Amino acid sequence: MSQSSAILLSLTLNGEPVQVAAPAHWTLLEVLRYKLDLIGSKQGCDKGDCGACTVQIDGLPALACLTLAALADGRSVTTVEALGCGPVVHPLLDAFDRHDAAQCGFCTPGILMAAESLLRRSARPVTRHEAASALAGNLCRCTGYTKILDAVVDASERLRAEHDDGR
Amino acid sequence: MAADTPTQSPEPASAAEAERPDLTRETWQIGKVHRKVDAMERMRGVARYTDDLKLPGLLHAKILRSPHAHAKIRRIDASAALALPGVFAVVTGQDFKIPYGVIPWTPDENALAVHKVCHVGDGVAAVAAIDEDTANAALRAIVVDYEPLRAFFDPEEALATRDREHTINPYARKGNLSKHVLLEFGDVDAQIAGAELVVEGEYFFEGTTHGAIEPHCALAQVEPNGVLTVWSATQVSHYLHRELAKVLELPPHRIRVIQPPIGGAFGGKSEPFDLEFCVAKLAIKTGRPVKLLYTREEVFYSHRGRHPMKMKYRTGFTADGKITGVDARTILDGGAYSSFGLVTTYYSGQLLCAPYRFPAYRFDSTRAYTNKPACGPKRGHGSVQPRFALEIQLDKAAVALGIDPIELRRRNDIGADVATVNEFRVGSNGFQECLSRVESASGWRARRPTLPFGQGLGVAGSTYISGTNYPIYPNDMPQAAVQICLDRSGRARVFSGANDIGQGSNTMLAVIVSEELGVPLEDVRVLSADTDLCPVDLGAYSSRITLMVGNACLEAAQRLRRRVCRSVAQRWQIPANRVVLAGRMALDREDPARNVSSAQAFQWAEADHGLLGEVGSYNTPKDRHGDYRGGTIGASPAYSFTAHLAEVDVDTETGVVHVKKIWIAHDCGRALSRKIVEGQIEGSTYMGFGEALMEEHLIDPAHRGVHAGPSFLDYRMPTFLDTPELHAMIVEAPDKNGPYGAKEAGEGPLHSSIPAIANAIYDAVGVRLDRIPFSPPRVLAALRERAQLEEQGLVPAHKPDRRPRSAR
Repeated sequence: MSQSSAILLSLTLNGEPVQVAAPAHWTLLEVLRYKLDLIGSKQGCDKGDCGACTVQIDGLPALACLTLAALADGRSVTTVEALGCGPVVHPLLDAFDRHDAAQCGFCTPGILMAAESLLRRSARPVTRHEAASALAGNLCRCTGYTKILDAVVDASERLRAEHDDGR
Repeated sequence: MAADTPTQSPEPASAAEAERPDLTRETWQIGKVHRKVDAMERMRGVARYTDDLKLPGLLHAKILRSPHAHAKIRRIDASAALALPGVFAVVTGQDFKIPYGVIPWTPDENALAVHKVCHVGDGVAAVAAIDEDTANAALRAIVVDYEPLRAFFDPEEALATRDREHTINPYARKGNLSKHVLLEFGDVDAQIAGAELVVEGEYFFEGTTHGAIEPHCALAQVEPNGVLTVWSATQVSHYLHRELAKVLELPPHRIRVIQPPIGGAFGGKSEPFDLEFCVAKLAIKTGRPVKLLYTREEVFYSHRGRHPMKMKYRTGFTADGKITGVDARTILDGGAYSSFGLVTTYYSGQLLCAPYRFPAYRFDSTRAYTNKPACGPKRGHGSVQPRFALEIQLDKAAVALGIDPIELRRRNDIGADVATVNEFRVGSNGFQECLSRVESASGWRARRPTLPFGQGLGVAGSTYISGTNYPIYPNDMPQAAVQICLDRSGRARVFSGANDIGQGSNTMLAVIVSEELGVPLEDVRVLSADTDLCPVDLGAYSSRITLMVGNACLEAAQRLRRRVCRSVAQRWQIPANRVVLAGRMALDREDPARNVSSAQAFQWAEADHGLLGEVGSYNTPKDRHGDYRGGTIGASPAYSFTAHLAEVDVDTETGVVHVKKIWIAHDCGRALSRKIVEGQIEGSTYMGFGEALMEEHLIDPAHRGVHAGPSFLDYRMPTFLDTPELHAMIVEAPDKNGPYGAKEAGEGPLHSSIPAIANAIYDAVGVRLDRIPFSPPRVLAALRERAQLEEQGLVPAHKPDRRPRSAR
């Protein structure tokens, strides 16, 4: 593949404006991992089958391995680092930790990004089935999904309660 | 302990809770729910898995793979590749002439093919280049001149050929026979001849693969002091260390193997792979760090997954359902290399002799080489396939004899503290309780007789080892060792060679240290799987870590505890056994108001004894097996037990099997950390469910041996929506050989998941599915066959009174 042409991308990354140059044929996942060292988004299959690279583009889950980096230009990209590296532990992360929802943890960042998008867009606590439907594009080979669903539903209830309390 | 566990709060032990130890409890950490010591950094995207590591000057490597299933290599011309700008080095089989193999008796593969390729995807050459695109361009520029040979995709066809020309593996000495084991215990033929019921069945277990979400990855660098460091997503750093030394002809002390956090393994990363040798050699050649990440397709071709097994079983029963004898013949399709195949061949028979008592047993297992990616160990190594056959045999007997399938299993339970027919010593055994737990949780007795046609319940049982009694290479040294250091800040450091592959072994060690030394988990630092810094451990396989490494850790921790307690007792002038270490404190058991911080207690002990460091070792008891040839293979210090009960709904129009719920009761001896054990039970059961219904690792003979679908789209693993409700129940029959009584939980609960589903399908619609996966076309074909037999009056209608009126 030709490496001749590079492009300059301008995007909002985890809330901050970022400009980055990359080969024109690179995917968003390559730019995140190789250029920006945001290694939380994982490469499991590189063809959109496993969901380990799930990020959010304009708040909706997207597969970074199938997204040409150029298509993210001018948009808002959120990676697991935004969820995970704040000063306070995010309720979703906390629920995953309490329920032992991550075993090897490799698929977890992608699942967290898909789940966070679901919870943010849901006006009420989600059911197990709603969570399972929203996460069906994310494979986990360790857990049998049970504890992930426990965690997502639990976090959803806690987030809703916080919201209703006006916190 | 046991009484309060089923309703245990899901809130994990936190630092706040740790400050208020309950002195009425026998233990303060064992059996609780814990936050894992290393989960948060993984979830936050901070932990660096192998592919996340970067080094200055890093080169990227790629491997050129064979398009032929079987061919001689006449010539490799890499000159055009080497001439490309950005290409630093090329290696071929000529750089790796020393063969290796994880089993020392069967070194039958090379890092890259030397004279011939044995399956599509066999590695032929590797390049190191400035980036991945350049490395891929270099692969395209390498010219390989192949002379195709006849390829064998069927194990029996391969075995029938004896000439050198058609011998697949270049190091094979017996044609395409990889391993043959025939063992007989008692007079099987007489026992079966005298049986009141003989069940005969033929079963086929299709190959399946691990499907860890992280592809294999390795990175190597030659340090300024000349030490070769290899970071690898491996579950057995020690065996990788040994084989690297052998193949690269370097002394072991000049090699350091580090296992970074690993993204799943399940047996698929438990032996050396071509990429580790290639990055090491390329790093030596170029003087620069070199990394190689498999593509998903390469992971499928590297495989080492579950062996396809063709099994023929004859089982004799008395009229009241007792097994009189088991006669098994098994053909294993091994693929092109041995891998762990010698052990797999033994395991295909040796691990079947519990939880049921066999008065007589014979197994005859033959592993063949074929021109396919090599098979190896996958979760439940070697024994998932025969378990599938036997548990269906039992179900057929229960139907024939009119005995409740759970009752039939109860009657055959081998019990505790007994020897199996193949002379393994079984210690604790919670199988009866496992059966009772799934029976009552599922409502089996009330519901099974009333479920309509199309719906059914099925049960199955199984057992598994907690580590193997002997290491892969014979030696008299301990099987596990742990080093612990305490410091004056009140912290513990644990050094262990064990590989945490997501099963939580680092947390298991922290729980033991916390229990013994009274510091909460967050004050325990576990450093594992670095061959320079940690004692040797044999790695994460055969469900050995909790029992073996746990015991080693317990020994070291108890030695330290005695020292700390002595120093505290001396200052308080009380007997040492009155000192309790818990809740980040040392307390006087009879006067808990008298206490000091752990840091103070450690400082007193350090003043008395010098730096607080201890080691612990574990070696297996040697009285667990018979003294016949092969009698040690499959012997374990302790055995786990499992019962699965599945509920299915079969759509008779489409053949789609919907598994609604699976109840699983697993005897893990003692749950050291409750949710981790549940997670292992759920994950194992899920994996078995996937094998039962969806997964097939198929090599396509019609297309010259390519993989039928080397992607996660085509190799269908269950998603969130496919997976049934899993109800995991922990049963605790403590074993005297396990730390606090603990046995394994990571592999046993896979086995009976599959036959429980098969037996539930029979209960639902009256058809036997004797080969996996239970795909809609197979279910439909079986339903049609049954319908024809029913029409001809050869078999009675299944559940005639419980069919919808229209279908009666």
